[in-house]
Amino acid sequence: MDTLSAILFATIVAGTPLIIVALGQLIAEKSGVLNLGAEGMMAMGAIAGFAITHHSGSPWLGVLAGMAAGALMSFLFAIVVLTLMGNQVATGLALSILGVGLSAFIGKPYESEILPTIGPIRIPLLADIPIIGDPLFNQQALVYLSWLLFAAIAWFLYRSRPGLVLRALGESPTSAHSIGYPVIRIRYLATLFGGAMAGVGGAFLSVFYTPLWVEGMVAGRGWIAIALVVFATWRPLRVIVGAYLFGGVMVAQLFVQGSGLGVNIPSQFLSALPYLATIIVLVIISRDQNTVRLNAPVSLGQPYRPEA
Amino acid sequence: MILTKIIKKLALATLSCAMIGATQAAENVGFVYVSPIGDAGWTYQHDLGRLQLEKETGVTTSFVENVAEGPDAERVIREMAKRGDKVIFATSFGFMNYALKVSKSFPKTAFVHATGYKLGKNMGLVNARFYEGRYLTGVIAGEMTKSNVLGYVAAFPIPEVLQGINAFIQGARSVNPKAELRVIWVNSWFDPGKERQAALTLLSQNSDVITHHTDSTAVVQAAEDQGKYAFGYHSDMSKYGPKAHLTAATHHWGDYYVNTVKAVQAGNWKPGSVWGGYAEGMVKLAPLNKAIPGELQDRIRKMEAQLKAGTLHPFAGPVVDQSGKTVVAAGQNMTDDQLNQMNYYLQGVVSKIPN
Amino acid sequence: MLRLERRPEASHLMSYASPLIAIGLMLVGGLLLFTLLGKNPLEGFKVFFINPISDWYGVSELLLKATPLMLIAVGLAVGFRANVWNIGAEGQLIVGGITASAVALYFQESEGVHVLILMVLAGGLGGMLWAAIPAFLKTRFNTNEILVSLMLVYVAQLLVSWLVHGPMMDPDGFNFPQSRMFEDSALLPLLSEGNRLNLAFIFALAALLVGYVFMYRSFTGFQMQVAGFAKNAARYAGFSAKRMVWIGLLSGGAMAGLAGMAEVAGPMGQITEHVSSNYGFAAIIVAFVARLNPVGIFFASLLMALLYLGGEQAQQYMNLPSSISNVFQGMLLLFLLGSDVFINYRLRWKEAVA
Repeated sequence: MDTLSAILFATIVAGTPLIIVALGQLIAEKSGVLNLGAEGMMAMGAIAGFAITHHSGSPWLGVLAGMAAGALMSFLFAIVVLTLMGNQVATGLALSILGVGLSAFIGKPYESEILPTIGPIRIPLLADIPIIGDPLFNQQALVYLSWLLFAAIAWFLYRSRPGLVLRALGESPTSAHSIGYPVIRIRYLATLFGGAMAGVGGAFLSVFYTPLWVEGMVAGRGWIAIALVVFATWRPLRVIVGAYLFGGVMVAQLFVQGSGLGVNIPSQFLSALPYLATIIVLVIISRDQNTVRLNAPVSLGQPYRPEA
Repeated sequence: MILTKIIKKLALATLSCAMIGATQAAENVGFVYVSPIGDAGWTYQHDLGRLQLEKETGVTTSFVENVAEGPDAERVIREMAKRGDKVIFATSFGFMNYALKVSKSFPKTAFVHATGYKLGKNMGLVNARFYEGRYLTGVIAGEMTKSNVLGYVAAFPIPEVLQGINAFIQGARSVNPKAELRVIWVNSWFDPGKERQAALTLLSQNSDVITHHTDSTAVVQAAEDQGKYAFGYHSDMSKYGPKAHLTAATHHWGDYYVNTVKAVQAGNWKPGSVWGGYAEGMVKLAPLNKAIPGELQDRIRKMEAQLKAGTLHPFAGPVVDQSGKTVVAAGQNMTDDQLNQMNYYLQGVVSKIPN
Repeated sequence: MLRLERRPEASHLMSYASPLIAIGLMLVGGLLLFTLLGKNPLEGFKVFFINPISDWYGVSELLLKATPLMLIAVGLAVGFRANVWNIGAEGQLIVGGITASAVALYFQESEGVHVLILMVLAGGLGGMLWAAIPAFLKTRFNTNEILVSLMLVYVAQLLVSWLVHGPMMDPDGFNFPQSRMFEDSALLPLLSEGNRLNLAFIFALAALLVGYVFMYRSFTGFQMQVAGFAKNAARYAGFSAKRMVWIGLLSGGAMAGLAGMAEVAGPMGQITEHVSSNYGFAAIIVAFVARLNPVGIFFASLLMALLYLGGEQAQQYMNLPSSISNVFQGMLLLFLLGSDVFINYRLRWKEAVA
């Protein structure tokens, strides 16, 4: 593999968990639910995925377990914020604490276990294309799945009726309710989907990416995924672009270092760039009421209770 | 089936917790850890030392893991002192000022701080010459590399990490003057994803033997996946890469803990600064991989003996830094002061040091 | 089917009973957890909740740990009541710690009380500066303050990391990422000998009092409350929304910055990368558990601090892993955040509506 190809390959791998988690959060946020517990849900997904893969020998059962664990955590969250109307920000933070702690606790016996590395799936012919062949068509199965997920979500949001309902609901739950849509039930589903995807993202880390389980291995990726949804202004395609940018900045920095060309910019500045970029993007889309309308779910973070 | 296995595992883990918990006698030794114990790495090695201490001296111990290097550390340490722990080991740099402060209020308790530089009336210092082990792994790397490019994943450019990097390249160049070393800083002691990515980057850029100064096993695993070689660090990590893992520069605190506690019990402990290496048994190599030729294995064994005897110094002059400046003249060894202030790369490292 | 039904008016009884329900639920959860771990639950509760505060030193540590939580939570509550969502207090705390440290390091040779006064000002202003960014962007470009303030947390963390690895690094510190230790003139005076509780606790109490007066007795506080309840009503009444955004964010920033100053000039005595022990985020939970009420914040901060201290004790005396305290915290907080619903709603059996 030549360098460019290697950089692309690594960028895509590094971006994949972010894409999966962020797309899940995007759906939840489109419905108006802001769940800051992604870090905790990912951690739970990571340990559940690792443990089940270890016992069953099947990474796919592991991914399913991660999905279930993430969904379970988000269900807790949904009960508190949707049924009991707790504050979303505070509850998400509490969920993060719970998930990180619980995963560490459950994971103790697994810290010394090892999983076999799972090889990539090579797509014949396409993988032979120079430069982009390997990065795009000789990847982990979950990388392909992240693209399918993107396609499905893009179609769902912009081409399907339920997607339209979801967006309308995030825009104005009151009007959605008055037309007769079950606001709380839809929000439950969206939140559960977000949790399930966070769990898959976690399982990707512990089963495919670095096949190991250690406490704290999510290492802040849940928070990055949350930032990413915003950076993407709630657009699925921009989530993909953003995730590869986030991943790409990190990977490119490693490659520059490894090539022996020192960069004279402190690494902290490089690492801060994506966050500063996110703020700038936010400013640009928010300047005009119309662009905000087009992108941001207006009711994000606000509780809703139909007064029937 | 799966469920019963999980339950068994949990029960076992709980049981082992409970057994440690049963011991809470008058004579206790406290340990403060910066990270969870885990299965390999810095804290894991300290915990092995703690278990050895329990076994050999019969004292009871207790520990607090995952203690942040901030104000909370002082409370944890003070709690140990208050309840009468005889000796308290604070095992991370960031505990230094807090341990020192508590030690002043408990003059009868012995404190030991690892890797710092402040001595107290009743606070000793301990550190290990990890670079001695690094030098040997460098020799192996220099012989085993085919591409003459070596790789190193590092956390932060503090002297201890730079000593390791420089000893590694010194060792490699002592047998292979063509060897060069590339370093990637990940700016984190622990982020398996990033560590693995850095390792893969090095491997894709022609390195065929890599090592790391971070806290997970991800680098060894990455080398195993790519069919390249790696050295573990802190712990024997051969389990994580049976083919890749040539050996590891490992830390051994147990003997030191035993001696310290015995000295305290005998009433003749003096808070000094211990910087132990091969001679003190604090640094060792993990078992050598079969992939290392017998002749090289013999040479390594000999060098280990020389390190023990003090006749081999990894930074024996002439030592030349990256810019070509001689930092240690021929016939001399680098002094401890120089080692402690190391903030440069030696010749052979092709990366630049971050500012 | 069980259904939630709005009460005709908020239940006074439940506003006191709901925290008790949460604590009851947590005790049940804890009972299960300890039993599962093979530990005696009574012993567990004692170690977790009683031992940490069994002597004056323990109490002083509790107050020390609660101080930044009180400061930040009361500052945030001012904004939260007006629906101004500053969730970046963590970043504002860090910047306050940085600016206060800059003063301390600049006046290294100085004696006298002006050093501390300047540090307090610098800390508060530093936090306000960091909070002013989302406030400015919100008022000028209508940018969502939740997201901007959150992004700025990451930036602040990287900023302090760069500073302690670079410009603020102790030149005699063997390249370790930390500043010099501050001189005594840059340290907050202790309230009593033999422990670490310092003047910042008095600041926190004062902040709670001022916060209370502002929220319940001042016209601006009233305006902000109205704006929180009914945006349109506030607009018709001519209350300036921009002014509320500024007040809401700056009050949180100032208090978080002050908390940062109190950390570096208090128990730390220097600046390192670990300026904050997640106080900025924990304080958000505290503020909501306290229902944005200063009296509630006092108690919720103590409870939160107790959970931290209890977790340490559980490790030392029961050999429970450190993760257990997180599990406990998360559980209790979720219960607390969820149980408040019963103040305004009640459970009713209802036939499922077709």
